Amino acid sequence: MSTPLPEIPLPVIDHAAAAARFVADEARTNWHDASLWQVRQKRDRAAQAVPEWEALRDLASKIKAHTLSRLDEYLAQFEEQATANGIQVHWAKDAAEHNQIVHAILARHGVQRLVKSKSMLTEECGLNPYLEAQGIEVVDTDLGERIVQLAGEGPSHIVMPAIHVKKEEIGALFHEKIGTPAGEADPGRLTEAARQHLRAHFLSADAALTGVNFAIAETGGFVVCTNEGNADLGVHLTPVHIASMGIEKIIPAAEHLGVFLRLLARSATGQDLTVYTSHFHRPRQGQELHVVLVDNGRSAHLGRADFRDALKCIRCGACINTCPIYRRSGGHSYGSTVPGPIGSILTPGIDLKKYQHLPFASTLCGSCGDVCPVKIDIPGQLYRWRQLVTEEGHAGRSKRRVMAVAGQIFRNPRLFRWAGKLGRRLLRWLPQRAVYHQRNVWGRARDLPEPPRQSFLEWYAAHRSDNANKKGHDQ
Amino acid sequence: MSSRDAILQAVRQNRPDPVPRPPTPLFASPDEGLTTAFVEAQKRAGGTVVSTTADAIATLLDARFPDARVIASTAGDIVAGSMDLHAVADPHELADLDLLVCRGVVGVAENGAIWIPKAHLGHRAALFIAQHLAIVLDANALVWNLHDAYARIDVAEDSFGVFVAGPSKTADIEQSLVIGAHGPRSLTVFLLTE
Ligand code: SF4
Repeated sequence: MSTPLPEIPLPVIDHAAAAARFVADEARTNWHDASLWQVRQKRDRAAQAVPEWEALRDLASKIKAHTLSRLDEYLAQFEEQATANGIQVHWAKDAAEHNQIVHAILARHGVQRLVKSKSMLTEECGLNPYLEAQGIEVVDTDLGERIVQLAGEGPSHIVMPAIHVKKEEIGALFHEKIGTPAGEADPGRLTEAARQHLRAHFLSADAALTGVNFAIAETGGFVVCTNEGNADLGVHLTPVHIASMGIEKIIPAAEHLGVFLRLLARSATGQDLTVYTSHFHRPRQGQELHVVLVDNGRSAHLGRADFRDALKCIRCGACINTCPIYRRSGGHSYGSTVPGPIGSILTPGIDLKKYQHLPFASTLCGSCGDVCPVKIDIPGQLYRWRQLVTEEGHAGRSKRRVMAVAGQIFRNPRLFRWAGKLGRRLLRWLPQRAVYHQRNVWGRARDLPEPPRQSFLEWYAAHRSDNANKKGHDQ
Repeated sequence: MSSRDAILQAVRQNRPDPVPRPPTPLFASPDEGLTTAFVEAQKRAGGTVVSTTADAIATLLDARFPDARVIASTAGDIVAGSMDLHAVADPHELADLDLLVCRGVVGVAENGAIWIPKAHLGHRAALFIAQHLAIVLDANALVWNLHDAYARIDVAEDSFGVFVAGPSKTADIEQSLVIGAHGPRSLTVFLLTE
């Protein structure tokens, strides 16, 4: 047996520190917060306009639960049907294999220029840098993705990749990269410039890659949703279309599309439906059509009873838009491909140590669970991950010590009463400086409530029914 | 073991206990007001609906797109078009297409979407590369919601099919809505009412 290689520690993602850098610019934080809240409000109006909204959520959740319970059968059925349709189906157990498969297809066709529509999976797999290292030019064609690609960043949101960038910054970027006039910051004119710039790429590409929103087991086809038309413009011009999908994107039959599509765009942006909902079942004449089915940790996640529901996710982004932490910390602070609440319950499954802080990047307000169109109990999972992080001993030293002391106090009623009394007194008497001292991390951005004069127990003793009777009811 | 078998085996091992497949209802549809709802939905999506008769469409199009030079039509009985899509071998030749006119199969009132299969397109790319898009739809082909629509179409019948709901658009720059992202800059729906 060979000696095991020494462990190389990965940097732990410190969400709180990254968020602190984000909120240091207060005006920008408020702008970011307001942009997302606006999308959340649009979602609310769209959802409220559908009388059967709650029934649809319930149904969507049940269809996904059913599908996950027979996922292997549906995958096999999809493969069989798709193959019969003339689609070439590939299986990738991890990111590396996915990238190799894609590269092999491109290499076989001598592809030099690939246009790519939005696919969080390829972000997860790090496909762009992999292909670029092999000399293939990759152009992201979704406008938001193109913006972050030109800026040398990753997307900060799964639906609105450039939600963190201001129009003036996009103007400066476009001026430098695609030659728009200096100082141009009008969204209409910048979009027009991007249209012209990307059209040239569409017309000269040798292959196109898309993501997949839904793959239909019964018919062996798949559906891609966009507003811009960029996925379609890419694949209908090139001789090779590769569609990459996580294995959880399968649905049993076409009738289920109605359920998910009625929920998806409304939850995502408040639109009734995306502009283009494209159904691919067979390659175009003279074209090769490939589907790459990617596991990359999903089958393992399916085995975690407490967390497997996260695989129901249809990537609408509603939980992200509504999250008070995301809105005020920005997508990049999460350090994971999928940010926000859904990212915080998916990513710890990939590497608990590296992403140990993400389940704590939440107030547990529950808003994410309330808006989720497939009814994933996101807050419940965040809470459960916190327990696991602590059990695994990843909680910080000060947090552990505080919890140990609190545990002692809560276990001992007399100690609890005494501590309460002491605390109430101290908070009244101590000067501000002593209460909000450096080590009170909690108090850095929060005010403590006014301490009550009495504890509940004291109040109760004074108002017990026999006392109350004497004094008469004073409600 | 192949990756395929390894993945399927892992999924089989880890999958939860069987959960039954729920039936998909069609949900209640109002009996009337389909046209109004469809027009409203198209408006929300940035499209324009014109209720008209088949013989008026050519004139309406001339007035709406006086500068259109390259026009493709797969509804030849209604609009002639200036080029023959079937004569085009390579879709790249469609790069200067100003207008595509085609027929829709089903229209969905709740969201304005129109189903168009490949057979109605000549070239798949035509629908996306054209600067403007006009769709001819029979008012009788309107249904209330997507469940109704999927019950009427066979998604696998053609090699490709698409629901189109409005002109192409983006809001990727500071959430400002811009019509005309990569695909058509406008969508005109001619709703045949006779
Ligand atoms: S977890 Fe739910 S709300 Fe969040 S992106 Fe997924 S489907 Fe949407």
